[in-house]
Amino acid sequence: MLLAPAYGWLTLAVFLPLGAMLFFSFLKAAPFGPRPLQFTIDNYLAFARRPYLVGVAWTSVEIGLWTTGLCAILGLPAALALARATRGRSQQVLFLLIVLPFWTNGLVRIFSWTMVLREGGVLDYALHLVAPSAPTFSLLYSFPAIIIGLVHAYLPYMILTCYLSAAAIDDAYIEAARSLGARAPIIFAKVVLPLCLPGLISGSILIFVPVIGSFMEPRILGGRIGVTMGTIIEDQFVQAFNWPLGAALSFTMLGAVLLVFALARGFPRRLLSA
Amino acid sequence: MTALGRTYLLAILAFLYLPIAVMIAMAFNNSELYTLPIEPSTRWFIRLASDQPLLSASRNSLLIACATSIIATLVGAMAALALERKQFRGRTLLRLLLLPPIAIPWLIIGTAMLVFFFWTGIGRGLHALLIGHVALAIPYVVFIVGPGLQTIRVDLEEAAMSLGSTPMHAFFTVTLPLWLPSVIAAALFAFAVSLDQFVISYFLSAPGVSTLPVEIYSSIRKGFTPEINAISTIFLAVSSVLILIFAQLSNLGSRRGSR
Repeated sequence: MLLAPAYGWLTLAVFLPLGAMLFFSFLKAAPFGPRPLQFTIDNYLAFARRPYLVGVAWTSVEIGLWTTGLCAILGLPAALALARATRGRSQQVLFLLIVLPFWTNGLVRIFSWTMVLREGGVLDYALHLVAPSAPTFSLLYSFPAIIIGLVHAYLPYMILTCYLSAAAIDDAYIEAARSLGARAPIIFAKVVLPLCLPGLISGSILIFVPVIGSFMEPRILGGRIGVTMGTIIEDQFVQAFNWPLGAALSFTMLGAVLLVFALARGFPRRLLSA
Repeated sequence: MTALGRTYLLAILAFLYLPIAVMIAMAFNNSELYTLPIEPSTRWFIRLASDQPLLSASRNSLLIACATSIIATLVGAMAALALERKQFRGRTLLRLLLLPPIAIPWLIIGTAMLVFFFWTGIGRGLHALLIGHVALAIPYVVFIVGPGLQTIRVDLEEAAMSLGSTPMHAFFTVTLPLWLPSVIAAALFAFAVSLDQFVISYFLSAPGVSTLPVEIYSSIRKGFTPEINAISTIFLAVSSVLILIFAQLSNLGSRRGSR
């Protein structure tokens, strides 16, 4: 059977592990050694037992919302410009240039931002070339630094998904609106934006979901303030070795992710029927 | 309007390329504290040549990326063949099952793999990395080669068989050559997915045996050395060449399909 190797592989590497993790999340301690298994739902009550986790979860959501929002604000005009203001060869080249940064290692790109944002870094240096008397400044290890790094990492997703929608808009719609006397802002709000909505929504999901699970970006760019659900889960597996708690937190996050998918599926249909 | 749009695109590109430019510049900067202005030097490239942990991690990365690319393309192309060409119950469900590896955050999948592999005795290390990377790459391969297969008409193969060719022979001499551009594109994509993969590698690598991204992460946390900028610059050059080939091939595929 042609399908067996692919699905066998996925079962071994993805589906069974997710099942195993679900099982782990209900254990008191990891089942290594001779101790008998003890089941508990304590791990899922972590949010009630450790109130600081609620704050951490909120930070993760905030980071997700800021990143997604900024990507939408920056990405949609870029996609429209790419679809409408360029054509032919130059469009292809620009498109390729936007996708290319994807293929450089994400970790290295995040690290490069530390060289840009830190005291005496590129940004600081450039500022002093313009205004030699300005005080030195550093954005590194701050909330904006995390957002800048994440927006940089995920912006191409938004440009790509919005571009696919924008490129499909028929010029006739815009001409029709214009001939009926609509001005540019109205055309944008009533014609272009609704038609780009599918791209905006799928771009937002593609960005929001991995961002709330990110851990290396907040760690490298946020330093001590970069505590998110991602870094807490990483700690449970790498430093604290509290695997059942980490598993429960991972599954809670998975629940949140599935919720986002469910909302996104319901969203456009309701908009269309309204 | 057009000029404004183009200016804006250039600004976005400047933002996207700023850190990459900084990385390349720092790779050629003599100062190990990344101080400006830049004094040109190739010392980090020379130092790199004798940095054993970094070199062996790079070797592991390339090895795993090659193996992942070959296995995932083979296995994924077989699955795509069945999903596109055969009618059977549960096809939609099987397609849906390809989504979790792409849609679930890597952090969750990576930790799940760690738990499961540790528990069942598969353990950590290069073999575990390979299992994980291939699983991540398979869905991408199926989604890339599937549409490529749709543009190839089934009756070509049937014509070959009516002229006395066996089904196997017809597939390998008629369909496969037409399909090859998208299969190669998928193989390159799988290679790149594996080469860039950090999160899953991070949870599955054994102490002392890691891949380049994992090694970079631990040196960033310990105290960074500019050799990393040097090796990243080399890898950047390699992956740029790969994506250019990828773009060329997927263009080729679509041109052939539209004919």
